[in-house]
Amino acid sequence: MTMAEDARVGEVVEAATSGFVAQCSRLYEAPPLGALVRCGPSASAVYGVVAEVETRSLDPGRRPMAVGREGDTDDDVYRRNPQISRLLSTEITAVTVAHDGDGGRLLRYLPPSPPRIHAFVSLCSGGELRRLSDSLDFLRGVLSAHVTSPDDVAAAFLRQAAAVHEDPEAFLVAAGRELAALLSSEIPRLNSLLKRLSP
Amino acid sequence: MNVHRLGMVVGGSLTEGVEVKLDPEASVEDVRAGSFVSIQGERMRFFGVVTDVVLDATDRALRSTPPDVSNPFIARVVSGGAAYGALKVEPMLTIGGGSAVLGVDGPSPAKTIPAHFSPASAATEADIETVFGEPSERNFWIGNPMDMEAKLCIDVEELVKRSNGVFGKTGSGKTFLTRLLLVGIVQGRKASNLVFDMESEYGWMGYSEGGSEVKGLKQLFTSQVALFSLDETSSKRRGINPDYVVRIGYEEVEPEDVGMLRETLGLSEVAADAAFSLQREYGKKWLGRFLALSGRDEVGETAARMNVNQSALITLQNRLRRLARLDFMDKSESHDSVNRIIEYLDRGMHVVLEFGRHGSNLAAYILVANLLTRRIYGRYVDRKERSLGDPAQEPRPLVITIEEAHKFLTPSVASQTTFGAIAREMRKYNVTLLVVDQRPSGIDDEVMSQLGTKITCLLDNDKDIDAVLTGVSGSRKLRTVLARLESKQQALAFGHALPMPVVFQTRDYGSAESYRDLGWRNAVDLKAQVEDDLEDLFGPSAS
Ligand SMILES: Nc1ncnc2c1ncn2[C@@H]1O[C@H](COP(=O)(O)OP(=O)(O)OP(=O)(O)O)[C@@H](O)[C@H]1O
Ligand SMILES: [Mg+2]
Repeated sequence: MTMAEDARVGEVVEAATSGFVAQCSRLYEAPPLGALVRCGPSASAVYGVVAEVETRSLDPGRRPMAVGREGDTDDDVYRRNPQISRLLSTEITAVTVAHDGDGGRLLRYLPPSPPRIHAFVSLCSGGELRRLSDSLDFLRGVLSAHVTSPDDVAAAFLRQAAAVHEDPEAFLVAAGRELAALLSSEIPRLNSLLKRLSP
Repeated sequence: MNVHRLGMVVGGSLTEGVEVKLDPEASVEDVRAGSFVSIQGERMRFFGVVTDVVLDATDRALRSTPPDVSNPFIARVVSGGAAYGALKVEPMLTIGGGSAVLGVDGPSPAKTIPAHFSPASAATEADIETVFGEPSERNFWIGNPMDMEAKLCIDVEELVKRSNGVFGKTGSGKTFLTRLLLVGIVQGRKASNLVFDMESEYGWMGYSEGGSEVKGLKQLFTSQVALFSLDETSSKRRGINPDYVVRIGYEEVEPEDVGMLRETLGLSEVAADAAFSLQREYGKKWLGRFLALSGRDEVGETAARMNVNQSALITLQNRLRRLARLDFMDKSESHDSVNRIIEYLDRGMHVVLEFGRHGSNLAAYILVANLLTRRIYGRYVDRKERSLGDPAQEPRPLVITIEEAHKFLTPSVASQTTFGAIAREMRKYNVTLLVVDQRPSGIDDEVMSQLGTKITCLLDNDKDIDAVLTGVSGSRKLRTVLARLESKQQALAFGHALPMPVVFQTRDYGSAESYRDLGWRNAVDLKAQVEDDLEDLFGPSAS
């Protein structure tokens, strides 16, 4: 499991069947928007797509104050105030898209129960991403997720998935068709989403 | 076998045809109205024709706010997705029961439609063979279905059982098509041809539009075709030695022939009918005797005696004189043409009568074709009746080909003439017609309705289209198909010799390859063949 260990990015701090929030192990080192992540023990993992990346104060009541001086670079601020890194944390919100079923089958719908709090979250490998995106049945869930911009999430996910497929363009066209079927009554939304996918 | 999947059935009815939603990979532009589709239903396979191509959208909204197709990626995505192409397919036939063994039961008319979501694919060559038959003595390869390499066959044995028609506006390919049908009949070995070759293009050397020569039947099937000529001079000039030169004795002309020529000669009914009175008056030799009358007085006297209008009789004499002057007419003798023709036909040969320069004289064409046909038909009727007691006497079926058929089959004469009788009686006496015409609306309705198989090239006159399609089921759809044919070498065929109506590209005729496909061997090929045969017999030559 060393590879999974290596790709570890954080730990679940909030969990629901539809999605989970994970705190990243390192400040600012979150997987990108749209990335596929996995949490929970292998063979009964839950898969999510990163739908939101946030960095904020660990203490929800206290907001960071501006501390920069004239002529500082961004890094100068952190070097002078090493405590900042301990007071802040980066979190990701993932939308659950699939889970492992019996016998290692990948089931592209919500799991019966959410991952446990403190479950480790890792970035999926290209192989896992390709396997999951072989069928895009779960896109409907992503598009209707309660996140700020589900369309950007879907577009980011599909771009990353395209990169691991043999024929990225064909993959995108097929994905575009899936989207077109889902959004056939929302043409302006479809248009802008497809533009974001356009190679 | 390479199956090109098109889509799947999403709705429809037997009367309106089924709707096939195209797969995203299949573009509407790849499919054309008139092409064949095979649909694998749950228990049987359906064979149908695309009658319409439709663009549709899963949602109305797509019509008001279309996607931004200026972006090529978006254009690719939306074609065939939310906006999709659909086909209207009319199921025509069902083939067999299972999918594995095609054609075990042979095709039969479709009485139901395939179930929802049955997969539809472009018909394969094997499908075409199952439906229309494989090329053989019986099935003649007449052309290719639209957009397909497959060989489309027509059932010649079925064809010659009834009278048939080839139609099309001028220059659309009737003659080329007819030539092919004649070849099919020759190769089918079930019937003999008698061709009244008005333009001298069926027997020996026709011309294509570009001016290049194409071979006639006699050139392709030398030993099976006899070439008769009405114009020896022109035949000789073209380097042909006709098997027989046809001449017509006065005594062979009958009043019925005059009736047939009424319109062409510009005769009144009274004038044409006077021929019957003349025959009553003078008997067999009526024409000679009538033309021998000289001067107004003699004619006037005769008119008075027979109680016919004098000026009508004078006109009649004028017009018949003109005919009698044609150099194939012979005052003194009766001729043997009919016997000679029948002799050849009895030997299983085919007779082409070329008219040479008389082909441009419509009156000559009508007179000769009518006169010979009447007498030949009379003989067939006799023999057929005798064969009822003695089957050995049964005459070999005969197909008579005439061009400008409406001249013989206009409503005003069709009920009285031999041609009308042949068309109406079907194959009762083993004689059928192959009528070739550019103006089918001029042909008697009843005759049209009796034609077993009609093959029509492009027609652009509504009346002609109506005439060809009257009484045909599904004529509304065929009408659109017919109006969209290409202006040349494409035809719509329907009737008894085909399991379903079909549009096809007429087989190419005129190239060296086309002759070879028709079984003709040139000298070089023949020599090679002989050498091969010798080798087979005696082993390779020592040299
Ligand atoms: N099957 C074919 N193979 C090759 N050429 C063809 C074929 N059919 C038609 N053509 C071309 O089209 C021309 C016209 O065809 P054709 O002479 O058969 O027309 P048509 O209908 O008999 O005309 P018309 O009414 O003037 O007699 C031919 O001269 C030839 O060039
Ligand atoms: Mg012609």
